[in-house]
Amino acid sequence: MANEKEEKHPMPPVGSWAPAVALGWLIPGGGHFLLKRTGRGLLLMISVTSMFLCGLMMRGAMFQPQTGDLLTTLINTGGFIGDVCSGILYLVSVWLGYNTPDMAGHVHDYGTKFLVTAGLLNILAMVDAFEIAAGRKD
Amino acid sequence: MPKMNLSHFEAAFLFSLFTSVVLGVVTKRTDRDRLHYGAYTFVCFLVALFGIGWAMYLGHG
Repeated sequence: MANEKEEKHPMPPVGSWAPAVALGWLIPGGGHFLLKRTGRGLLLMISVTSMFLCGLMMRGAMFQPQTGDLLTTLINTGGFIGDVCSGILYLVSVWLGYNTPDMAGHVHDYGTKFLVTAGLLNILAMVDAFEIAAGRKD
Repeated sequence: MPKMNLSHFEAAFLFSLFTSVVLGVVTKRTDRDRLHYGAYTFVCFLVALFGIGWAMYLGHG
């Protein structure tokens, strides 16, 4: 069964999808631009960037990887991965010294979630770029 | 960077909007399906937002 599925979707060569996925990570929607899906790329770029900027303006906290008990590791490492997946938005904000501590209050809390979710949505965009580049999707 | 001070509803509305757009774009294969799915997820978010909001309000007493 698993072999049949693999035969239907053989792994495409890395060179065919890696540039689109890498650019999609660095610039939200960039993978779609590279693959000439401009409209979809623009929508992804606007949505992910707006969500990240709203998170910054709400003074959301960036996660740092921490170890400890399982829940602490899961939340902080997962949150860090989510933040990093925003690509250049994360890199520039850290480079410019954005470092808001985790504060009480619903606005800051929403901001933290906005920052992480922007990265998670960018992962979806990267997967979509991979599927297009691999020929599995139009 | 200007500071943004949103209510629960405004923040959840924006969250729903951006998430719905991305889910609509990446999930379906035709533009029509993308538009329908994006609108559907947005409505689902809003129904959950109001439903859970009222449930919390009524449950709180």
